[in-house]
Amino acid sequence: MSAQGGRAWVFGNDISTDSLAPGPYLRHPLDELAMQCLKSVDPAFAVDVKPGDFVVGGNNFGIGSSREQAAQSLHHLGVSAVIAQSFAGIFFRNAFNFGLLCLICPDTSQIKAGHTLAIDQQAGDISNLTTGVVITSEAVPTHLMDLVRDGGLIPHLEKRFSASAPGS
Amino acid sequence: MGQTLAEKIIARAAGRKSVKPGEIVTCNVDLAMIHDASGPRRVKPHLERLGVNVWDNERVVVIADHYTPVADASTAAILKLTREWIAEQGIARFHDGEGICHVLLVEKGYLRPGMFVVGGDSHSPTGGAIGCFIFGVGATDMAGILATGETWIRVPETMRIEWTGRLGRGVVAKDIMLHLCGTLGMGGGEYQVMQFSGSAIESLVMDERMTLCNMTAELTAQTGLIVPDKITEAYLEKFGVDVAEAAAWQPDADARYSATHVFDASQLAPQVAAPHSPANAAPVGEFSNDRIDQAYIGACTGSKLEDLHMAAELLSGRTIAKGVRLLVAPASKATTIRATHDGTLATLIDAGATLIATGCAACAGFGQGVLADGETCISSTSRNFQGRMGSPQAQVYLGSPYTVAAAAVTGRICDPREFLTQGSA
Repeated sequence: MSAQGGRAWVFGNDISTDSLAPGPYLRHPLDELAMQCLKSVDPAFAVDVKPGDFVVGGNNFGIGSSREQAAQSLHHLGVSAVIAQSFAGIFFRNAFNFGLLCLICPDTSQIKAGHTLAIDQQAGDISNLTTGVVITSEAVPTHLMDLVRDGGLIPHLEKRFSASAPGS
Repeated sequence: MGQTLAEKIIARAAGRKSVKPGEIVTCNVDLAMIHDASGPRRVKPHLERLGVNVWDNERVVVIADHYTPVADASTAAILKLTREWIAEQGIARFHDGEGICHVLLVEKGYLRPGMFVVGGDSHSPTGGAIGCFIFGVGATDMAGILATGETWIRVPETMRIEWTGRLGRGVVAKDIMLHLCGTLGMGGGEYQVMQFSGSAIESLVMDERMTLCNMTAELTAQTGLIVPDKITEAYLEKFGVDVAEAAAWQPDADARYSATHVFDASQLAPQVAAPHSPANAAPVGEFSNDRIDQAYIGACTGSKLEDLHMAAELLSGRTIAKGVRLLVAPASKATTIRATHDGTLATLIDAGATLIATGCAACAGFGQGVLADGETCISSTSRNFQGRMGSPQAQVYLGSPYTVAAAAVTGRICDPREFLTQGSA
């Protein structure tokens, strides 16, 4: 269980990559792009989110384009996990490629904006410290937990390549 | 238990006899496609960090389409980096401003039934029209694929989308997809393969089939797929493909499907999706008083040759309404050339259209045709999420090229069938 909880930022269904990383800002440095993250839905989010906070969605989180800056912006802002009822396939992969944990929960409707959450990555338990309710998420496949542990796909491959290098 | 076409392709790429939905397998990638926006500039630093080049430069296609032609010094730098990188990697299959990646993969004959293909873009499912398994990934995922030649996939289930009967006059593939977005919702694809079939699909030409598979991205499907048939064979013949081998990629008769959704094509009216989601689709009549500032015909979804033919058919002998601008960005150079020679472009320009360069342009919020606060556009593109086509305060409706052209003529959203003569489609 993480030592202290993080604040829940709660969004609805079908949060799109255009909301997470708007096209006109894609060429901007990550710091600037991240400040646009979810601005069209909640202008306070990028300004007030703190490292360790959680983003909570309904169904189909991350629908839209393959732009990985959608996941990268959340990771850059320090979001510790995205919790949603379902994820768009490409976003889900992109998030883990940055080492950003995505947890699938059958029902996120009891988590309200401002609640304090803590997660136990091993068990997949999400504790709502505000209400005292614990919900269980779907088990994350082992090869994806490896990516989270290694800090993303590239550090993971780096490890794999150096392990298989001749003489090592 | 038999296998679906997608399962057969995944099994072959994974070096297995068979696979089951839900299993996670590692597949060898037959072809990887990247473009200028999410390609070299993103993957180069990763490959350098790993100390490797692309695993096989004959299996990589690079297409510059998002920032072409460049608008400023910073996009020029992205294109310069792209060109230098393909030279460094010895990649011969590079297309620079020749068209939109998803359209070019099909048009250049790079895709074959049975291939396992990844693209660095969400509309990669477009190529499923050929009968291959093709899906989109992000840039870091792609860097891993370029470094290793392989990727993981959770074997998706396959749902059948069956359209019986025949589409009415002025009703096209785009209307089918908007209707599916409206009825199944944006999560309706459930990360599955959407396999299209039925009499209304069998008669569709390749461009229209590409529109179907393209917009499975809007339904959160893993990909779209059309089982190879006579139209696929005829399309592939010109590339010297062994047609018998290509046609052998078929699902087993006893394959298991997660669901079969059946629709009657003859009952479908032209569809329009209201801002800011393709799922806000409804018959065009529900929006018939909404005024527009801009009509946009572009993108991999809506400016292939067949799409331009639709717009030209409606605009022939007509002019666009005063105060409305109609922008046309053909999907590829080959499209532009054919539309020039067959008179399509002349018809569009005579009607008042402004021809803009081939490329992704306003669809992706880049380049020409983006919108200001409070402006309204109807577009033949695939998605109308808030802020995608310029200002977050702009309103974007989606419709078929027929519906976009009709709106350009009247200055408001209207039923394109009012302008089309009955009879041959």
